[in-house]
Amino acid sequence: MTATNPHLDLVGGATAPPTGRRPARRSPYRAAETRRKWFEIIGLTTPAVIVYVMFVLVPMGFAFYYSLFRWRGVGPPTDYVGFDNYVLAFQDPIFLDALRNNAIIVFGSLLIQGPVALGVALLLNRTFRGRTLFRLLAFVPYVLAEVTVGIMWKLLLSDAGTVNALLQSLGMGGLVQAWLADLDLVIWTLLFVLTWKYVGFAIILLLAGLSNVPQELNEAAAIDGASWWQTQRHITLPLLGPTIRIWMFLSMIGSLQAFDIIWVTSVPAVRSLGASATMATYMVDNGFFARLWGYGNAVAVILFVISFVAALIFQRFLLRRDIQGAVTGRAK
Amino acid sequence: MAIKRRASSVLALSITTALLVAGCGGGGESEAPSQDELFKNPVTLTWWHNASQDGPGKTYWEKVAKDFNTLHPTVTINVEGIETNQLQRTRLPAALLSSDPPDIFQSWGGGEIREQVEADYLKDLTEQAKDEVANIGSAAEIWQVDGKQYGLPYRMGIEGIWYNKDMFQRAGIAAPPTTLDELNDTVNKLKAINVIPIAVGAGDKWPAAHWWYNFALRACSIDTLKKASTDLTFDDPCFVKAGQDLKAFIDTKPFQNNFIATPGQNDPTSANGLLANGKAAMELMGDWNKGTLDTVAADKEALNKFIGWFPVPAIAGSPGDPKAALGGGDGFACAKNAPPECVEFLKYIVSPEVQKGYAETGTGLPVAKGAEAGVADPALKSILDATTGATYVQLWLDTAFGSTIGNAMNDAIVAIFAGNGTPEKVVEAMKAAARK
Repeated sequence: MTATNPHLDLVGGATAPPTGRRPARRSPYRAAETRRKWFEIIGLTTPAVIVYVMFVLVPMGFAFYYSLFRWRGVGPPTDYVGFDNYVLAFQDPIFLDALRNNAIIVFGSLLIQGPVALGVALLLNRTFRGRTLFRLLAFVPYVLAEVTVGIMWKLLLSDAGTVNALLQSLGMGGLVQAWLADLDLVIWTLLFVLTWKYVGFAIILLLAGLSNVPQELNEAAAIDGASWWQTQRHITLPLLGPTIRIWMFLSMIGSLQAFDIIWVTSVPAVRSLGASATMATYMVDNGFFARLWGYGNAVAVILFVISFVAALIFQRFLLRRDIQGAVTGRAK
Repeated sequence: MAIKRRASSVLALSITTALLVAGCGGGGESEAPSQDELFKNPVTLTWWHNASQDGPGKTYWEKVAKDFNTLHPTVTINVEGIETNQLQRTRLPAALLSSDPPDIFQSWGGGEIREQVEADYLKDLTEQAKDEVANIGSAAEIWQVDGKQYGLPYRMGIEGIWYNKDMFQRAGIAAPPTTLDELNDTVNKLKAINVIPIAVGAGDKWPAAHWWYNFALRACSIDTLKKASTDLTFDDPCFVKAGQDLKAFIDTKPFQNNFIATPGQNDPTSANGLLANGKAAMELMGDWNKGTLDTVAADKEALNKFIGWFPVPAIAGSPGDPKAALGGGDGFACAKNAPPECVEFLKYIVSPEVQKGYAETGTGLPVAKGAEAGVADPALKSILDATTGATYVQLWLDTAFGSTIGNAMNDAIVAIFAGNGTPEKVVEAMKAAARK
C-alpha cells in the first residue's frame, strides 16, 4: 500500500509515513537522547542557517533600509526620504506596465503551459517506440541556458529573421510581424518564448508524478471497463493533483521574477517604453542604469513582497494538503 | 532569484560601506610628490579598463602595462578588462564604496566624475600632470571639476555621419550634405534608389538619443548647454525646440523599418550591420565606429573602400554654432589613496609615444599632440581634422548630465521615436530626474 500514498513529493518519491508522537517519559536515558538530538540539530543546521542569514535575510534587511533613501550609490546613503521611493514607483506608468506584463506572464504561463504539458506528459507516459527520445526532446529547451535561448529567439524573430522568412516562403506573408518591435505584440512574443522554454520543466515534473500513479489502479479500472480517457480523468488526474499544484507554485514564482530571457531578447528601448518590462528588468534598468540605487532597492522590496504574499496565499489555500506538517503545522 | 542576487550585492555593498566609513580617517590632501620619493618602494597597481574583448585594444593595454614595468621595475600593474556596462554600472561603483578600489580605472568624465569628486573618491592630478594636461588641451576639461584635474583622456573624438560613398554616387549625390535641407534632399535621393537612407540603433536608446543631442546642439547656444551641464536646469525653450526638430525629421521617414528594436552595434542585424553590409547609406556615430563596423562586416575590404565620414549638417538660422560638435572620450582616473606612481602611469598613457601606438590600433582617436601620425585610416583622419577644427566640443549630453538625467532623457527621446512621446515630455522627464 505504500505506493498509493497520495502525499507525493516534488519529483515523485513517496513521502515518509507520518510518525506518531511518542509519549514523553522522563528518564536519564531519554534526557541524554534529547540532548544529543538537539546537539545534532544545531550542529547540522548551523552552517546552513549562517549562510541563509548572511546571504538572504541580512541583504533583505539592507535592501529595505536602502529603499528609504534617495541614493545614487556614490558615498554612503544620507538623504532619508521615508517611503517616497515606493510612492514614486506606483506613480510611474512604466512600473505599472511592468506589473501588467508580470501578470500576463504568470497567468499566460499557467493557462498555456499547464494543459500543453499535461497532454504531452499523458502521451509520453504511454509505451511506444522512441518514447525516451521524445521525452528527451521535450526537455531539451529547459536544459538550454536562458541567455542562449534569448539570443536564439532574438535572431529568429528579428525583422529579416528565420520566422518571417519562413512565413513568407510558405505563402503566409500576411502573418509577417515585427515580433519584437511592435509594442503591443512584444509581450505575447516573449510569453511564447518563455512557454517554449519552460514547458519542458512542467512535462518532466508531470511525468515524474505519473510514474507514481500505481499501475494496479489502472488495471483495476480497465477490468471495470473504463476507457483510456475515463482512466485519465478519474484516476490519473486526481493522483497528479499534488504535482500539478507544486508546478503551478514554481511557475508562478518564476514568472513573477522573470528576468534573463526578457533582458536578452527584448532591446532596452522596447523595455523602457514599458512594452516588455517586468518588475525585475525595471529594477535593474532603474537601479543600475539610471543609477537610482535607493529607488532600485524599493522596487526590489516591492517585487519581494508581491512574490512573498503570492507564495503565502498559494500555500495557504492550494498547497495546504500537500505540505501539511512541513510548513503549516504538525500532522495530526 | 533576482531578489537574492540583488540582495547579496547589496550586502556586499553595505559591508564595504561600513569598512569605508571605518577607514576614512586617514589620507590627507595630495600634493605633487618629490621626484626622489617616486619609484623608490615597490608598488602594485590595479588597473580596470573596458577593453574586455580580445582584440587590438586589449592587447595594447597589456603591452603598455608591461612596458611601464620595464621602464620602472618597482611598479607592477595588474590589468583587468571588464565589459563597459558591468564596469560602469556595478563593479566600479561597488568598488569605490569599499576601502579597496582599483588604483586606476576607466573614467567617462562629465556628470559622473563630478559625483565621484563630491564623494571624495578621486586623486587630484592638477599639479602632477600639469604638462600633460597642457598638451592635451581643451579635451581635458571634461575630466575637470571646479578647475581641478581628476582624470586624463586617452581617446577623444566628435561624432558625425558615416556613409556609403558608392550609394551616394549611385543616387547622384555629388557631395555630402552640409545643411539639414541638403540632408533631407539626400534622404529623398537615397529612397529613390531603394536603400535605407539612415540606419539608427534605436533599440539601444542612445544611438537614437544622439539625434536629439545634435538638434539640441544646433538649437541651443553654447552658454545654455554649459549652464545646463553644471546647474542641471533645462528651462530654455531650445530643449523643446530640439524635440520638435527631431520629430519633424523622423516624420520624413529617413530611418529603417522597426528601428525601435534595432540594436546599435555588435551584431549583423544592428544598425552597424546595416551600414557595414551595404543595406543602409548613413549612420550617426562616434569615432569608434570604424572598429565596430569592421567586426560586423561580411566583406571588410568592400567596407574599407566605400566608407566615408562627414560632420553633422548645420541648420540654417539656428542660434547654435554650426562648427560646434558633439563628442566624447575615454579616460582614466586614480583612486584617492592610490600611490603617486598611479599618476605617473596615467601620464605615461597620454605621452605622445604611447598615444601614437594607441592610434595605430585603430580603435579610437588619440588626444595628445604629437600622436596624429598614428592615424592612418582616411575616415578617422577626417574626424581628427574636424575635431581639431571644431569651435566647441559638447560632451554627450547623457554623460554630461549624469546617468540619472541621461537615462530619463534617453527614454523620453526614444518615446518620440516610437511615436508616443512629445518634445515637452523630454524636458519634463529631465527635470523630474534631476529631483530623483
